[in-house]
Amino acid sequence: MNETPLWASESFWKKMAIWVTAGSFLILVVLTMDSLSKTNAGSKRVPAYTVINKKIDYQYDKTLHKSMPIIGENEFLFGKEYTEEEARQWVDLGKKTTQAKNCMNCHTLLGNGAYYAPDLTKAWLDKGWISRDMREDMMVKFLMDPESNARTYGSNRKMPNLDITEQEAKGIIAFLKWMSSIDTNGFPYNFKTIEAEE
Amino acid sequence: MNTTGSNGVMQNAAAVYEKSRASFNNFKAWVQLDSTHLSDGRQLAVKYFTVAVILFFAQILFGLLAATQFIFPGFLYEILDFNVNRMIHINAMIVWMLFGFIGSVYWFLEDESGAEIVGLKLGNIAFWVFTGAVTLVVLVYLLVQIGPGKDSSLWFINEGREYIEAPRWADIGIVVVILIFFYNVVATFSKGKWSGIAGVLTLDLVALAGLYLAGMFYMTNITHEQYWWWWVIHLWVEATWEVLVGVIMAWSLMKLLGVRRKIVQTWLYIEVALMFGSGILGLGHHYFWIGTPEYWLTVGGFFSALEPIPLVAMVVHAVYDAGTHAFKNGNHPALAWIIAQAFGNFFGAGIWGFMHTLPQINIFTHGTQWSASHGHLAFFGAYATINIAFFYLAIQQWRGNVWMGGGSQNAWRWKWALGLLNGGVLGMTIALLIAGYEQSFIERAVEGSTWGGYFTAQNHPSFQHAMGWRLFFGCMTLTGFILLVWDLLTIGKGETRKAPAIIEN
Repeated sequence: MNETPLWASESFWKKMAIWVTAGSFLILVVLTMDSLSKTNAGSKRVPAYTVINKKIDYQYDKTLHKSMPIIGENEFLFGKEYTEEEARQWVDLGKKTTQAKNCMNCHTLLGNGAYYAPDLTKAWLDKGWISRDMREDMMVKFLMDPESNARTYGSNRKMPNLDITEQEAKGIIAFLKWMSSIDTNGFPYNFKTIEAEE
Repeated sequence: MNTTGSNGVMQNAAAVYEKSRASFNNFKAWVQLDSTHLSDGRQLAVKYFTVAVILFFAQILFGLLAATQFIFPGFLYEILDFNVNRMIHINAMIVWMLFGFIGSVYWFLEDESGAEIVGLKLGNIAFWVFTGAVTLVVLVYLLVQIGPGKDSSLWFINEGREYIEAPRWADIGIVVVILIFFYNVVATFSKGKWSGIAGVLTLDLVALAGLYLAGMFYMTNITHEQYWWWWVIHLWVEATWEVLVGVIMAWSLMKLLGVRRKIVQTWLYIEVALMFGSGILGLGHHYFWIGTPEYWLTVGGFFSALEPIPLVAMVVHAVYDAGTHAFKNGNHPALAWIIAQAFGNFFGAGIWGFMHTLPQINIFTHGTQWSASHGHLAFFGAYATINIAFFYLAIQQWRGNVWMGGGSQNAWRWKWALGLLNGGVLGMTIALLIAGYEQSFIERAVEGSTWGGYFTAQNHPSFQHAMGWRLFFGCMTLTGFILLVWDLLTIGKGETRKAPAIIEN
């Protein structure tokens, strides 16, 4: 009568804890290997760095009920076509600069970071750059001297001057262009790009 | 000229040193804490607690600066920009909680193992190395702030990755310090006796230290980088930290209320099964939108939706045990903070997390103030509270195990500190939730997340008002903190009655 039922016994739950933890972790490891292989640069979901040589758009797909990146014809960045290695170096410089300048503690990237400044996931495609012809030039100027070229949208919130060199600015732009081509499962929703008709 | 100049500086420095020594001695005479009441192991624990409290203050201070910048964007512009304040705000939080956890484990290690801490000297060295490294990192954050887009910036200034911004050299230092801590835990239990609590603690620390390594690599591919970055952040705060808190909670319920070991250990195993069973694959809720495959929408949505269940178990456990012992305990403020932990963890991590964890809603809330709302209540509710409970347990023994009851003369201080801190954080949480709702609707659903849409939402009156309320409740939190420190320094001073002995039943 006084025997502890199984569901209340210490040893049962100890075994349970071990099996559940080990099982979950094993599944996570398998899914991790699969996810990493499906998101290498050059995969379907995460395009190769040479995507910076192409026109990128993000359009709503009615059959999928979400927006998808569209990679189009050639559209060179700063008027030059880059090789695989050159493109990787530009994106790498840009990525490293966004970390060294601590961008993530004001902005979000892929929706992660701080909420004091706009999301950068699709920043390359944002209507704020007015037209495709003006975009590269506006972005370089803004990054190098954000105070004089402030884009505050009436909020009085200005990006500080972060001593970004021209080389670094171009790297950041290459990184942003590449990032905008990643298939993010439809995030952000309802985003209208610089290419979209009014 | 030069010699007299440097002599003058030396004299001044000596005078400043003398003066600060004298005021430190005055302070010591005033607080009347007697370290002979503590074992050597516990003296190490209270060192960790002291630094934890200082960093807690830094967290609140830099949070208030950042909150002010939301309302007055020109405030400290290009002196201490938002990104610097926000980085110190969240880093101070992570580090003070780690200091608190390490202190808590050192606090109960000798009691639980029945042996003296094996590597006490090593533990003390690790403490000073850790504290020195944290000071240096913060000084570099404040004075250097950013660097050029080179590897050296990531090695010596900051890595620019939310929560784990610490430069690479400090990462390596953190791993070494954690390994020393881990050695002390394992060696001490091996010398004394093992228990269920000891076993769970040891395995959890292996995971906690191992996971940190996943965040120590630079990658060009941001999808891969964020993938591993979440391994550290999520599997720390939504898995291994929660289990660590379960361990600390289990020990404190035995000591505070006299709950039987068999009961707390069975509960601990249940919590581990539920926590890791939901939390490990719940990691998937961070993999919805970073480029990773679509199956994460299902896996992450399902398992993260289960994450509140262990937190319900923890509430039941704490409240039921307190109730069956008719709340009879030897340290009223500590028990009050333990109960605050149970509910804060459930509401902050459980409810607030669940509210936006399913991908169908998360696509609109991801990266808005909604996350900040959840973050504030969850970190405070789950982790700040239990550390504060341990500060009270420590101060009680430091004064020689004196009576700390709700009816004592100055008990209003801890009660008000408890109320103001919880009320302040809850107020910030609600204000940020309103801002998050507004952003999700206007910026995300209506405007489609463009920069224009972002600022339309930021300029909206309901967002602006919410930021005002957040600052107000932030000040309330600071008031609660000041009262808490005052109370910790004075509670039990001059008290001669001993705390009642708590017998296991």
